[in-house]
Formats: sequence, structure tokens, C-alpha cells
Amino acid sequence: MSALTKLPAKVADRRRFLQEAARALAGCCVFGLALAKLSSDAKALPAQALRPPGALDEGAFLAACIRCGLCVRACPYDTLSLAEIGSDPGLATGTPFFTARQVPCEMCEDIPCVAACPTGALDKGLSRIDDARMGTAVLIDQENCLNALGLRCDVCYRVCPAIDQAITLDLQHNARSGHHAIFMPTVHADACTGCGKCEKSCVLPEAAIKVLPTAIARAKPADHYRLGWEENTPLVDELIDLPDRLPGPGTDNLAAPGGFEPSFKFPEAGQ
Amino acid sequence: MTTANQRLATMPASRERRWLRANLFLVLRRSSQAFFLLIFMIGPWFGIWWVQGNLAGSLTLGVLPLTDPFVFLQSLAALHWPATSALTGAVIVALAYGLLGGRAYCAWVCPINPVTDAASWLHRKLGLKKGWQPPKSTRLWLVAVALVVSAITGTIAWETVNPVSMLHRGLIFGMGSAWLFVLAVFLFDLLLSRRGWCGHLCPVGAFYGLLGEKSILRVSAAKRSACNDCMDCYAVCPEMQVLSAPLNGSDQNSPLILSRDCSNCGRCIDVCDLDVFKFTHRFDRTPAAAHAKRPSHTKKIQGQLPGQISGEIR
Ligand code: SF4
Ligand code: SF4
Ligand code: SF4
Ligand code: SF4
Repeated sequence: MSALTKLPAKVADRRRFLQEAARALAGCCVFGLALAKLSSDAKALPAQALRPPGALDEGAFLAACIRCGLCVRACPYDTLSLAEIGSDPGLATGTPFFTARQVPCEMCEDIPCVAACPTGALDKGLSRIDDARMGTAVLIDQENCLNALGLRCDVCYRVCPAIDQAITLDLQHNARSGHHAIFMPTVHADACTGCGKCEKSCVLPEAAIKVLPTAIARAKPADHYRLGWEENTPLVDELIDLPDRLPGPGTDNLAAPGGFEPSFKFPEAGQ
Repeated sequence: MTTANQRLATMPASRERRWLRANLFLVLRRSSQAFFLLIFMIGPWFGIWWVQGNLAGSLTLGVLPLTDPFVFLQSLAALHWPATSALTGAVIVALAYGLLGGRAYCAWVCPINPVTDAASWLHRKLGLKKGWQPPKSTRLWLVAVALVVSAITGTIAWETVNPVSMLHRGLIFGMGSAWLFVLAVFLFDLLLSRRGWCGHLCPVGAFYGLLGEKSILRVSAAKRSACNDCMDCYAVCPEMQVLSAPLNGSDQNSPLILSRDCSNCGRCIDVCDLDVFKFTHRFDRTPAAAHAKRPSHTKKIQGQLPGQISGEIR
């Protein structure tokens, strides 16, 4: 300051102005960085928090949701709540979510939560609740799941609103007993809405099937992978497609011309 | 006809009337603040769902959408184009505050205001030092920071830390540890910086101020010629810089308090025994002679505040 007093008034004024502006700018940068850190940290959704039906991708959702709670009020089953700072760690404070194990989404046909959202954070384009993708169920513990142990619990399968599409029971050989079957609950992500009813109803003290945000639950196949059995077009155009040939006469396969019945038979499933 | 008894009977009433005259806007303001909280609370408390949501966004009687325009603007900055309902709500709120005085939000609606007023009252009672006083422009910088950070991170950035919405939403939907933020604001104002939060930092208030730059409803120092320089208005006004030109300026200065920082709280109207101030509109051209200048007044602003106004939490 003492240096300032020696300068002509105008220069001193200008210098003081520049100093103040620089200080304000520096303060803004520091504070802005902290704020940016805090608000982008909130983009990582914790593994047990599910967004309401129709929620945009987490990044876009945080740009859109004004945290008004109108979706919470619209839900007839009290499924949703707004994240509270401290009590719901990791969630952007004030944003709507539900915990499947507590209250799952009942998949209302008229989707009142989406209708109530004023901002489009819950996408109005969602017209069929079956198209909602709140998360993806994963049979996360294949050692304690009762069906995986060879019992017939089937509860998750029975409660699933998309039974036989989102969860099927896949028959497997029970290697432990040697002559029983395992009815393995198997989730098909293309039909799973992430409603959470399976996790809610799992009879174990800690659910063996859990609904996770899809980003956590699912792998992403590499773009260049081709599933030959789904695509009929040959990978390489010039590839010569040889005619399929069956084994000739004398093989133990009834389907082949001249084949005979095999001597060994696989055990029937379900014995 | 007037018996002694009758006179006695009317005396307390007139005292009450005098108390009301000196606290009218305080009472109205606190009622308004309570109203804007309770109208949201009767839903969760009593199942009367006239209004759903919170100050960030609400739906009244199932038809009227309202959206906080500052939150809305941050959402735009984060590159989300909100649905019609939120857009309509933001326009309605912006127009309302554009007419009634942007920072009327601060004095009449904001749930943090009673907190910072309490801090300021206690500060005055305890005779504490002013403390850190960052430039008044800081809050405008913070408006810019909130918008820039929203744009960079693609989130509604200020809502991550905003004590205003945390308190309002918290009371309606559940507090969690949001109390800590409110407590922090209170302690900041009490111990670190007198009127620091609302007067210097809060970008929500600053944004509403910008919104009400040209608002119609204004306070005017209409009878400034009657002013006796008691300085009570300076002591009670949370944005005292807005008073000097209209009250102490020359004839050329309009008596209208046109600064965007004025929150239309009416404290000055309440506190002035000489009825210098009144509410009017910004086009009010009623001439008002300047009041004779006494040289001492600028010194007194800086000094200890007069004790008589410290009675109520203003
Ligand atoms: S679909 Fe129904 S049950 Fe599910 S969150 Fe929305 S309102 Fe609630
Ligand atoms: S209604 Fe929409 S904007 Fe409001 S809290 Fe729910 S998702 Fe967010
Ligand atoms: S979350 Fe579970 S119950 Fe719901 S659709 Fe998916 S598999 Fe079915
Ligand atoms: S400045 Fe901010 S915290 Fe203070 S009353 Fe206004 S909006 Fe509320």
C-alpha cells in the first residue's frame, strides 16, 4: 500500500482496480474448481441407488433434474425419495432415487413419476413402463442363491413382472448330486426393467439377486465383435461358403443318412 | 364523554398500534416467510397437497408450475433444454420478481433469511466486530462461477452446495446433515463476517437482484426532508449502501431506492419515526426536496449502531 501512495492518483486507482480484479478472479477460480470437483463427483451413482423410470443417463440427469421432488410425490407406492446429504452418501444431494431392497418400483402403467417431472429429467418419451431401464438385475451370489444350490425357491422368478423374459430358469446339470437339476435364475438384460422386485423378494437375509445401475451391471462388448450366429452375412465377402456336410453312413447319429442309434444316452433333464 | 376508564382501556391498544406501526413490515415479512414454508409443509404434515415440490420447482393446485429461474438457468448452461412445464414456471417466477423487486425473494420468501437475520441480531446484541467484509461484487462473481461450473461439469452446480434449497427441501423432504450447512451460514454471519452470507456471497440473492434490476415496486425516501439523521435506517438496512444517494443525495438524486441490492424488506419504513420512507413504484416522480446535510453522518455509519433498534430480530 505504501508504494501505491507515492504514485499519481490515476495510476494508483488503476493498479488497485487491477489488483482487486485479479484477486476476485483468483478467488473465483479456486472456489470454482472446488465446486466443479464436488458437482462432478456426484455423477458416480452408488451401486444400490436406482433412478426413477425414464431417468436420463446419469450425466444428463444431473443437468436436468432440479431436485423438486415432484416425482417423489407422484409415486403412489412411496418408492422414491430425495437423497439427503450425509444419509445417502455418494448421491447428488436432493436427487430422486430408490433402493430396491426397501421399496421397489411397482411399474405403474401410467408412469405417474414421469408425468409429474417438470424438466424432462425423467424422459417423457417413455410411454411403456416395460421399456424402462432403471437398472439391471444380476444374480450376484451364485453360491448362496437357493436355486443355485439345487433347491426350488424360484421367488425372484415368480415376482418378476416380466417373468420368462427378464428372468428365466435355465436348466443345468447338478454336478454335486450327480443326478439332479439346477434351475438357475438367469437375467436377460434386454427385458429387465430394473424394477427391483426380484431383489426385494429374495428370501435370503441379504439378497442374492441385486439390481444395479446398468453401467455397473453390464459389460460392453467391443464394437468389432461379430456374433456369427446372429449375423448371416459372412465376415469376409470373398470367403468361400462350402456346402454343409453331414457325417457319412456308419456314424452313430440318426440324423445322418445311413447313421445308426447311439449306444450311449444322456440322462433326461429333471430326473 | 371520555372517562378515565375509557382512556385507560384505549391506552394499551394505542401502544399496540404503535408497536405494530414500528414492526409492520417485520410482521408481514415473517408471516410471508412462514407462509412460503408452511404452504409446502401442510402436504407432508397433514396430507393437504395444495403445493407440491419445493422452491426449486413446484406445482400448485395441480396446475400452476413454478421454477426457480436461477436453477433453470444453470440447467440451460449445463446444456439441458427443460420441458415446457419447467420453462413456463421459470418465466412466471422471473416475471413476478421482475415486477415486485428481485430481492423481495430474499426478504419475503427465502428460508435462510430468518437464519441470517438471527445471526445479525445476535451479532448486534453481542456487539461483535464486523469481521471479514469481501467486496459486495463477490456475489455477482459467484453467479458467474455457478453458471460457468454448470456449463463445464454439465450439472446444476450451485445446487450441490446451496444452503437455501438444502434448508427448504430438507424441511419438506428430509434434512439429512443439511443442518450443518445452515449452521455454517449462521456461524459465518455471526462470527466471521457480519451479514456476510446474504450481503456479500449468496449468488441466489445476487441473481434475484439482477432479475429485479428494473422492478416496479420500490421503496422511496419520499419525505427525506424530514430526516433528522438519527441513522436508524442505516443501522437496520442489510444493504445500507442503497440508502445514501436517495436519502442523503442532492435534489438531483431521486428519492427512489433503485439499487438492485434493495430487498424491499421495508425495515427502513418500520424503523423511521419520521415516516421518511414508503413503498411506491419506480415511475413515481413526486418531487422530494433533499434534506439538509449534516457533515457528521458518514462517520456515524461506520461506528457503533444505535441500540434502540436491536429489540426484534430483523
Ligand atoms: S413407475 Fe410407479 S412405482 Fe415406479 S417409481 Fe414411478 S410412480 Fe413409483
Ligand atoms: S420430478 Fe424430475 S426434476 Fe423433479 S426431482 Fe424428480 S426427476 Fe428431478
Ligand atoms: S429387476 Fe428383477 S423383477 Fe424387475 S424386471 Fe428385472 S429381473 Fe424382473
Ligand atoms: S441472499 Fe441468498 S440466502 Fe440471503 S436471503 Fe437472499 S437468497 Fe436467501
